[in-house]
Amino acid sequence: MSTRDEIMAGLAEILEEVAGVEPAKVEEGKSFTDDLDVDSLSMVEVVVAAEERFGVKIPDDQVQNLKTVGDAVEFIDKAQA
Amino acid sequence: MTGSAGHDVVVTGIGATTPLGGDVASTWDAMLAGKSGVAALTQDWAAQLTVRIAAELAVEPTEVLDRIKLRRLDRAEATALIAAHEAWRDAGFTPGSEGVTAPEASGIDPERLAVVVGSGIGGAQTLLNQDDILEQSGPRKVSPHTVPMLMPNGPAAWVGLEMGAKAGVHSPASACATGAEAISWALDLLRLGRADIVVAGGTEAVIHPLPMAGFAAMRAMSVRNDDPERASRPWDKGRDGFVLGEGAGVVVLERAEHAAARGARVYARLAGAGMTSDGYDIVQPDPQGTGGARAIARALADSGLSKSDIVHVNAHATSTPTGDMAEVYGLRSVLGDHMVLTSTKSMTGHLLGAAGALESIATILAIYHSVVPPTINLDDPEEGLLDVAAHKARHMDVPAALNNSFGFGGHNAALIFTRA
Repeated sequence: MSTRDEIMAGLAEILEEVAGVEPAKVEEGKSFTDDLDVDSLSMVEVVVAAEERFGVKIPDDQVQNLKTVGDAVEFIDKAQA
Repeated sequence: MTGSAGHDVVVTGIGATTPLGGDVASTWDAMLAGKSGVAALTQDWAAQLTVRIAAELAVEPTEVLDRIKLRRLDRAEATALIAAHEAWRDAGFTPGSEGVTAPEASGIDPERLAVVVGSGIGGAQTLLNQDDILEQSGPRKVSPHTVPMLMPNGPAAWVGLEMGAKAGVHSPASACATGAEAISWALDLLRLGRADIVVAGGTEAVIHPLPMAGFAAMRAMSVRNDDPERASRPWDKGRDGFVLGEGAGVVVLERAEHAAARGARVYARLAGAGMTSDGYDIVQPDPQGTGGARAIARALADSGLSKSDIVHVNAHATSTPTGDMAEVYGLRSVLGDHMVLTSTKSMTGHLLGAAGALESIATILAIYHSVVPPTINLDDPEEGLLDVAAHKARHMDVPAALNNSFGFGGHNAALIFTRA
């Protein structure tokens, strides 16, 4: 189980590794596509890496609902429960 | 002097990343110095192979391109981009930047800019590496970038994307004739008026155990594992096969009027091209070199030059027992025996789909600088060989020169360049 802060920090690391996003830019309100320049293929990499890191399943039909970093944190936090 | 159709075509930019250097200048300097880019492979996987030597890139793409970009590029796409960017800047153009495309930054019309960049084998390293991931970790771990990385049009598409080319992006695949064929197709596009500028060339990066084992199984490669720098020895009696190289060569070709209007530096004219097919065997060259000879004859006719005008040939000569002399017979039958030959593959190894482009650059620079780069390792030449710039670069006037490329499948491409 990771806390919400740990999920944020983990996502920031993944985003830096996969898409070169500066960790300081990763905030709950930021949109993956509009603010962080994460395109659809990189988003697939982020999802697969997040599943492994946090031990959750993120079904493909849910990925389109994860528009912001906050959406992803919320989803992972609930999925861990 | 104009070819069969309306427009004169000139070379205004050149770029390369090769086993001899990370750009054209370092590659050319190493060629003139007669350096070999061939070395023993140090990777663990090499130990099990019968061929354990190759000509790897002198400068790794990781030193040039950023890490995130490289995550989505096959090695052959990375090398194509590096060479294309150099050629683009060398032509006097400006790279694109945030919100500004390369044509906008350079003041040219993107709808008059095309790309022809091919590869002999394509993204084989991606295919094989992702197959390892599939086997070891399952399908969900396969990269979403796999398909655009392995598709054979990937290098052309990336160059087209980064240059903002909108007049068409094409990717010929004709094995070891690919790079020369790309330049030949580019010449047609320019003559037909379908573009003002074409970024053209070839790229290859398949130093990996599977392609190496495949070529070795054909007995096509040198097994001189204990003496790598002497393994690529075109026309030498002791030659025993080619040495695999990797890298890319890209040229900027332009309608002469367009180049003149913007005051561009012109390296050479692309005066003519000829392409033929052997119809003989899937891999063996026609032993008399007649397919290659017909390509040379077509290029000569296309250029409007006389055979005596062609004073230098950058030959295909890969260091295989049959191919090297077949090419010489073909050259002699069409052009005579006055030319000074060289095979720069003696230094670079064989870059397969990039070879014709890199060797076109060497041919263009031989004209531009009046010096023919050497053929190293030619210690014991075959009987009946023509004059070769053996061991040392030969300073000579080169008003017009020929570059040959032949590929598995019986593809033959000949290009003639002249002083501008």
